[in-house]
Amino acid sequence: MHVTQGTFSYLPPLTDAQLKAQVQYALDNGWALSVEFTDDPHPRNFLWDMWGLPMFDLRDPAAILLEVQRCRDAYPTRYIRVNAYDRTLGRQTTALSFIVQRPKDEKGFRLERQEGRDRQVRYTLHPYAADRPSGERYER
Amino acid sequence: MTQEPHVPFGMPRPSALDLAATVPETGGGNGVLAAEAGGRELSAPERINVEAEARDSGVFEVIEDLDRELVGLDPVKTRIREVAALLVVDMARRRFGLEAERPNLHMCFTGSPGTGKTTVAMRMATVLHRLGYLAKGHLVAVTRDELVGQYIGHTAPKTREVLKRAMGGVLFIDEAYYLHRQENERDYGQEAIEILLQVMENQRNDIVVILAGYKDRMDQFFSSNPGMGSRIAHHIDFPDYSLDELLAIARIMLDRQRYTFSSDAEPAFRELMARRMPQPRFANARSVRNALERARLRQANRLISDGKLVTRDDLMRIEAADIHKSRWFTEAGHDEATEVRAVPAL
Repeated sequence: MHVTQGTFSYLPPLTDAQLKAQVQYALDNGWALSVEFTDDPHPRNFLWDMWGLPMFDLRDPAAILLEVQRCRDAYPTRYIRVNAYDRTLGRQTTALSFIVQRPKDEKGFRLERQEGRDRQVRYTLHPYAADRPSGERYER
Repeated sequence: MTQEPHVPFGMPRPSALDLAATVPETGGGNGVLAAEAGGRELSAPERINVEAEARDSGVFEVIEDLDRELVGLDPVKTRIREVAALLVVDMARRRFGLEAERPNLHMCFTGSPGTGKTTVAMRMATVLHRLGYLAKGHLVAVTRDELVGQYIGHTAPKTREVLKRAMGGVLFIDEAYYLHRQENERDYGQEAIEILLQVMENQRNDIVVILAGYKDRMDQFFSSNPGMGSRIAHHIDFPDYSLDELLAIARIMLDRQRYTFSSDAEPAFRELMARRMPQPRFANARSVRNALERARLRQANRLISDGKLVTRDDLMRIEAADIHKSRWFTEAGHDEATEVRAVPAL
């Protein structure tokens, strides 16, 4: 199963040249970029681990690609995303966020039903990967 | 722009090339890059005008500016011209599909203080940007402080931070030999050097590193870091300025600030420089600038204490008296003691 999250989620995975162009766009807008990674792909998990600090004052996308590559080398089996933060007053939020690496074998989610009072049913998603402890979820 | 590429008889005009080579780009000076992206690969019998290509990229303007604004430095100018020529030819080769490794562009500038190393590095960044070798063409100037950390594990992120900031441009490391401390084997400078080497090798397309410093200490640095020396292709030595060149520099500086020398002030300034040159801590163009600053100070003082009405010319003119008050005239003998006491003065 192909996890879709963030910008460009319905496009095929970006190539490095496309990633570079997107980063250039973010830099041209004055957004600060950061790299994050996780092995818990639940859609409500927005707090991924930070790969280093957000990068301010950069001019060239090569620098961000360098960090993305270092993160890929360190965590070849995890999800990695690039965020662009727009600090202008009135927005002050993430302007762009997209996945740049995903595990080869994405395990997907199972639907859980919880029976409540009065036969009420609550539905929830559970990632199969989360059955194993963090750090071993996509290793094989 | 009207000059046509040389076309042999019987050949159709290579129109695509012609367009690419002669239409100036409107946005920025990236003509060659754009031509390269839009043009097709050329076949062997076609001809291109390398000189016209170079002109279109705007690289000659930068070099001409360099010639005009920097006095002397002939060996430096020649080297920069050579490097630029190599890059232009390389670009032309690529348009014929002759694949070549991207040339190694890391450089080392050696010379005394105030000989224009930083200025030339800045121009170099522009040249490389115009030729399409650097995406942005900015200059990040750092010293050891900005690269080397204070404690274990601090250096690598710090160095990498600076390298990332410089990507797409030139990283200028002033007094690079301080990175290596011979007397301390566990100095963190070594770690910074290793990261630098790694990036200089792997990210050659994204960054150009220029090291700068005194010649002898730089040589020593390279002999203890052979890896660094072998990764730097261009070693450029900046000669000291002669007395005449210093005067020419002074004239340019004054002109830029809308001042002039009076007729007897110029010989006086020459005399001042002649006295200053053999002294310790003489810093070429920087000393000229400091001397002029002080002359301006004395001129302002003189104009106020005179209490007379002044004209525009009075405000612009520096008199011999403003220069003769310099310490180098008033203190005839410079023994060591006065030397140390008066460091901040010229």
